[in-house]
Amino acid sequence: MPSLGADMEAGTLVEWLVKPGDRVKPGDIVAVVETQKGAIEIEIFEAGKIEQLLVGVDTKVPVGTPLARIQTEPEGPPGAVAAAPPPAAPAVPLATPPLVRAPVTPPSPPPVSPAAAARARVSPAARRLAEACGIDLSTVSGSGPAGAIVYADVERRLGEAVAPPERKRAPGLDLDAMRSAIAAAMARSKREIPHYYLAHDVDVTACVQWLTRTNAARPPDDRLLIGALAIKALALAARRFPAFNGFYRDGKFEPASAVHVGVAIAIRGGGLAAPALHQADRTSVDELMARMRDLVQRTRAGRIRSSEFSDPTITVTSLGERGVETLYGIIYPPQVAIVGIGKMVTRPWVIDGAIGPRSVVTITLSADHRVSDGHAGALFLAEIGRLLQEPDKL
Amino acid sequence: MPQEMIHPGTTELTYRDAVREAIRDAMRRDDRVFLMGEDVGRYGGCYAVSKGLLAEFGPERIRDTPLSESGFTGAGIGAAMAGMRPIVELMTVNFSLLALDQIFNSAVTVRHMSGNQFGVPLVIRMATGAGRQLAAQHSHSLEGWYAHIPGIKVLAPATVEDARGMLWMALQDPDPALIFENVMLYNMTGKLAADAGPVNIDKAAVRRPGRDISLITYGGSLWKTLEAATVLAGENIDAEVIDLRSLRPLDDATIMTSVARTRRAIIVDEGWRSGSLSAEIGMRMVEQVFWELDAPIGRVCSAEVPIPYARHLENAAIPQVPNIVAAAKAVFGRA
Repeated sequence: MPSLGADMEAGTLVEWLVKPGDRVKPGDIVAVVETQKGAIEIEIFEAGKIEQLLVGVDTKVPVGTPLARIQTEPEGPPGAVAAAPPPAAPAVPLATPPLVRAPVTPPSPPPVSPAAAARARVSPAARRLAEACGIDLSTVSGSGPAGAIVYADVERRLGEAVAPPERKRAPGLDLDAMRSAIAAAMARSKREIPHYYLAHDVDVTACVQWLTRTNAARPPDDRLLIGALAIKALALAARRFPAFNGFYRDGKFEPASAVHVGVAIAIRGGGLAAPALHQADRTSVDELMARMRDLVQRTRAGRIRSSEFSDPTITVTSLGERGVETLYGIIYPPQVAIVGIGKMVTRPWVIDGAIGPRSVVTITLSADHRVSDGHAGALFLAEIGRLLQEPDKL
Repeated sequence: MPQEMIHPGTTELTYRDAVREAIRDAMRRDDRVFLMGEDVGRYGGCYAVSKGLLAEFGPERIRDTPLSESGFTGAGIGAAMAGMRPIVELMTVNFSLLALDQIFNSAVTVRHMSGNQFGVPLVIRMATGAGRQLAAQHSHSLEGWYAHIPGIKVLAPATVEDARGMLWMALQDPDPALIFENVMLYNMTGKLAADAGPVNIDKAAVRRPGRDISLITYGGSLWKTLEAATVLAGENIDAEVIDLRSLRPLDDATIMTSVARTRRAIIVDEGWRSGSLSAEIGMRMVEQVFWELDAPIGRVCSAEVPIPYARHLENAAIPQVPNIVAAAKAVFGRA
C-alpha cells in the first residue's frame, strides 16, 4: 500500500485491475485504492508477471503492506515483492495487522438478527456519536467494561477516518473524508510551517497578445489559457530557485530533482485536491494545457493516479475565475511553497513615462521561512514575472 | 485599608461555630427571628450549636421547649403564619418524624389550602447522619424523604461557608425551609472570610473540577468523596465532585452539564438506596442526558439496615472512601 500523502496511514483496496499471470510494466495501473482523497489509481514501478494478489478487494491495510507479489524479469528471484510503494513511502512495520476488515462485500448486507444486535454493548454516548458520524458499530472494538463500546472507542475509530463500509459506494470521492484530510493537512501546515507571504504585480500584456495570436488559428478545444503559461513560468523559475521546490522533512529541506507542479483543483460540493503536472519545467505549453484539462476532468471524477497525488514538489493555486485578485495559499506539507495566481485585470500602468491600459496579474508566494527568506522569495517571484514577458520562449 | 480589601481576613472556625454565627447574625438583623427547640437554651444545644445564645438574646428569643417535636414544630408554624421568623431546631432527623405531621400536613399545605392567604416562612434545622455511635434511633439520613415533598426547600450545607451563609437565605424564603446538618461536620474546621455572609441556596457547587467522571454528593459525604477523588487522581481518573447543597430543588443544570461532559456519574448518598434521592438524581440523568452517558450510572449508598451501634458495623454501613473509589473504578471496568 503506497503512501499517497504525508498524512495517509491506511488505504482500502477497492479494485484489482490485474490478475495473477498478467504481465505488467512500469506505469501500468494495477489497482484502485480508496483514501480520504478519493479513489486513486495505483501504478506499478516494476516490470514482471503478477504472481499473487496479497490483499483482497475492500480490505483496508496500513501503508507499507505488500499488495501483490510479482515475478520480476528476467532473473528476479521468485517471490520478490513488488507493487512496491513509491520511494517516498514511509516504512511501516509489515507485521502491523490490517486495521479493519470490511465485510466481504455482499451486494445486500445479511440481515442482523436481533439477538446478535442485543449482544453488542454500546454506551448511549458511543451510539449517538457513531450515528452522527456514520460509523458502523460492528467495525468498532469495545474497550469498556465487558467489552462494551464506549465513546472513546468510536472517537478512535473516527480518527482512522474510514468511509463507512456498510453502505458500499462506487469508488470515488468521499467529500467528508476529503474534508478531514484537508483539515489535517492545513492544520498541520499552519502549526508547523512559519509562512511568509509576498505579492508581485506582473504585467502580462505580452502573454495576452501572444495568446490571442496563437489561439486565433486554433479550434476551441486546443486553445491555450494564461494558466498554462503561468505554470510553465513557475516551473522554470522553480528549477532556478530550488529553495521553493522540494520537501521539508525530519527537520531538513530536501530539494527535489524534478519540478512537479501540484494544481489546486476545487471539487463541486466542497472538496479540494492538488494533483501534479509532472516535469512541468520540461513540458511544452501545449502539452501542459492538455494535461491540465485531463487532470481537472479526472480529479473532479475522482480518478487520480497515485504518483500524481504523492509527489507534487510545489503547488499553484488560482481563484482568478472566481474574481479574486490576490490570494495567499497555505503550503501543503511537506512542500515548502505555494504560488497564488489572481484574476487578470486591466489596470492603468506606466510604460515609458506614459499611462496606458495593461493586463495585470497579482502573483503571490507563501513560502516556508525555515527553508527560504523573503529576499529569495522576491527574486523567485520576479523571475516568474520576467519569464512571462517572453511567452514565445516558454 | 486597600490591603484589607484585596485580602479580606479569614478566620478559622468549626462548622458548629459557623452555624451559631449564622443564627446570631440572623437574630441581630431581624428581631422577628427566634430559636426554639429541645435544650437549645440552658444546655446550649445537644451539639452545642446554640451555646451562649441564651445569655446574649434572653429566654424570649432562645426558647427551651418540652420534649414534644410535634408540639413545638406546630408552635413554630403558627408563629411563622403570624409574621414571625422562627428557627426550630430538631435534635435529629429521626426525631423529626414526630413532627412530620406538622411539617407535611400543616407547614407545607397551608399556602395551598388557604388559597395563598397564609404562608409559613419557617426554618427547621436538624442533625442528620451516622458516625457518632448513636445507634439506630439517632443516626439516619432521611433528608431524601423531605426532598420528596413539594413546597419546601431542603438544604444540606457541607462547608463552613454554607453553614454560615444558608440560614439567612432560608429565612428569606416565604415557605418552609429545612436545613440538614451532618453530625460528623460539627467539629470540622474551615476557613471563613471575615466578611462572610449569605450564600445562594439554589445552586450546586463544583468542589473539584474533573474530566472523567462526576461524583455527585452532599453533606457529610462531600469530604469522603473529595478524598476519594484524590485517590482516583493517583489512578489516572480525574473525578469532578459536585456538592448538591440544595436537595430540593435540585440544580439539574449543574449536574447535567457536568455529566454531559464527563459522561459518567456516581451518586454518593448516605441515605438508603431504595426509593432514595440518589435514585431521583439517577433517573433525572437518564431523562436528560441519556445520550451523553458512556457507562451505567453508579451509586454508593448506606447498607439497607438500621444504622448499627458498633463502630465497625456503623462504619461499614455508610459510604466510605474505599467504596466510592471502587464504585468509580468499576465504571471504567477497573478493579
